[in-house]
Amino acid sequence: MILIILLLFPLMAAGLCTLPATSRFGAAITLIDTLVVLSLTLRSGFQVIASHNHRLTTLPNWLALDALGALILLLVAGVGTTAALFSLGYMRFETINGLRRYHLNFNLFLLSMLAVPLLQEPGFVWIAVEFTTLFSVLLVGHENTRQALEAAWKYLVLTLLGATIALLGFLILFWAAQEAGSSPYSWSGLLASAPKMSPVLLDAVFVLILVGFGAKVGLVPLHTWLPDAHSQAPTPICALLSGIETTTVLYVILRLLPILRAAPGSHVNTWILTFGLLSVGAAAFLLQRVRDYKRLFAFSTVEHMGIILTAAGLSGASAHFAVTLQLMSHALTKSFCFYAAGAVLLASGTRDIASIGGLIRRVPTAGVAILLGGLAIAGAPPFAPFLSELSIVRAGLLGGNYLVVSLLVFFITIAFFAIMNHIGRMVFGSMSAMASENHMRLPTSCTVAIIAAAVPVIVLGIYLPGPLQELLRLATTVLGG
Amino acid sequence: MVLLLSNLNALTGGLFLIAAFGIVVTRQVRACLNFFVFSSISLAASALLLGAEQFSWHLVAVGVINLITKPWLLPWILRRTVREEIYNQREITQAVNIPTSLLIALGLVIAAYFFSLPWLDAVAAGVTLRTNVPAGLAGLLLGAYTITARREAVPQLLGLLTMENGAFFAGIAIAAELPLIAELALAFDVLILTFIVAVLTRTIHEHIGTTAAGALSELREETRQ
Repeated sequence: MILIILLLFPLMAAGLCTLPATSRFGAAITLIDTLVVLSLTLRSGFQVIASHNHRLTTLPNWLALDALGALILLLVAGVGTTAALFSLGYMRFETINGLRRYHLNFNLFLLSMLAVPLLQEPGFVWIAVEFTTLFSVLLVGHENTRQALEAAWKYLVLTLLGATIALLGFLILFWAAQEAGSSPYSWSGLLASAPKMSPVLLDAVFVLILVGFGAKVGLVPLHTWLPDAHSQAPTPICALLSGIETTTVLYVILRLLPILRAAPGSHVNTWILTFGLLSVGAAAFLLQRVRDYKRLFAFSTVEHMGIILTAAGLSGASAHFAVTLQLMSHALTKSFCFYAAGAVLLASGTRDIASIGGLIRRVPTAGVAILLGGLAIAGAPPFAPFLSELSIVRAGLLGGNYLVVSLLVFFITIAFFAIMNHIGRMVFGSMSAMASENHMRLPTSCTVAIIAAAVPVIVLGIYLPGPLQELLRLATTVLGG
Repeated sequence: MVLLLSNLNALTGGLFLIAAFGIVVTRQVRACLNFFVFSSISLAASALLLGAEQFSWHLVAVGVINLITKPWLLPWILRRTVREEIYNQREITQAVNIPTSLLIALGLVIAAYFFSLPWLDAVAAGVTLRTNVPAGLAGLLLGAYTITARREAVPQLLGLLTMENGAFFAGIAIAAELPLIAELALAFDVLILTFIVAVLTRTIHEHIGTTAAGALSELREETRQ
């Protein structure tokens, strides 16, 4: 029952946002909605851990929640809350009509992302993923500038093209399941009948879905739209797109891996290792050339998606644990990075790295935030991504994948220096470089959102609370042990 | 009777392919839309024929849903939102000229046949599957090609929808038992998709003054100084 309520709240909030009311109304409704959703997800997370089969079933084969789903749900709700909080101050110069559209789409976007981990029927999961694009595309183009509209169009066309290819993949998966004898078309039903499915069909499914959803996750060579969309959207939306939208789609791919691996003689691991490393490597080199700090963080998303996919390809319990850890630390850290970038944008009015300098003296809050964000996302200790990347490397070494691990470490190091080079110049560079003098005071809600987003990034680098550790361990078993 | 139905179904497969070719080669947006309607009608016809052949009410329902949404509701949405786009009498800008496009399209259809052959052999497929799966995959590829070759918003949307039609054309044969509620949700999804694309197209037209969305290319690493 709690799962249905969880989905009804954003829908209700979206409905309320269409009402003609003052500009603050939609923002307040959205914030309340995200807080309620966050508390409900926390509650259902605890219920998943406590229940005897570690599952929360509302409608068998349709609506249920297991540990991996609960992890994704928590991330969506958590980042959604900080994004709603950040929007409060960030969007205050928007017109009433613009705000109404913004909050309506915000809630619907959140709803579609919450639905992905809750739905159990792969066909419906596909529809939920499609809706994440449809509801976010108008948010990407929200500012109606030439660049924002270009980004929105590229985002729309490329991700929907990918999604349609993935649709054929899901239909073939259904076909393979039918041929193998009828068990319900749900994640668990598929897993049960996977060994009996035709390997040829499963190969086709894998290729179609990896290419199709890979476009949406931003895997190289289908990543071209990602830096555009993830940099042109209003900052809170960037946090949602980069932090959790990519995560939810990657979750679907990860969900499929145990099913696809079940076929004898499958090359699934080799392929995802290749795609993963390709994405990490390409992103690491592209990071050197960026001129816009929001694009910097967007390329870092491509890098991290590659890291997670590589870790999944290493296979084995410790690698899968590292995958769940990295999913979590990336989503939390990346949203924090974008809030910091938003603070810099409010203070300086430009996205150009070269025209910003001396942030630490001029706007200390934004300067410290973006420095912490840069260090954390690049993988410096003692932040959460350091811990998760370390556990990936450890898992790889334990499994004897020396070549993969050394390539991964090499690319991560290059990316580290690229990110810190750009961020260092912005934070410590010469003051005179900054063009305008009109630095704005950061709205209180933005500061609160930045602090709220920073807490887990710092704390989870040092200490994993007991229940969370248990949830990650259970999520690992869902990924295939 | 069954033989007649499966022959008719093969005919709809051929018509479906011709419609997809039409979308690749026409020069006018309106003709493109008409070819899309034609392709949707042949998709619905195939679903109805297969429904009659297999005595499946389910497939008949799928055919009816498709007949209502795609040839009727969808053009209605487009006419309401981007009317001037559709009725403008001008050539669509293309990245590749039409004879070359035609050759590439032909190559894609042959590729679709060869890609799908191992799948069909793996399950010892019957004649229905051997019609619908290659034709559907060809529709998917031709739609994707339309998106890359066309530079304008509405033709790119029609390319996307052709891809979706292609996936469905294979889908009615391979996933006939897909729950009806999923089919309804998919039809709803197509309509929302059309609406959102139309809204975005109109916004682009208002703010930039062109709908050659494929030609927008400001966002790059190198050009910005």
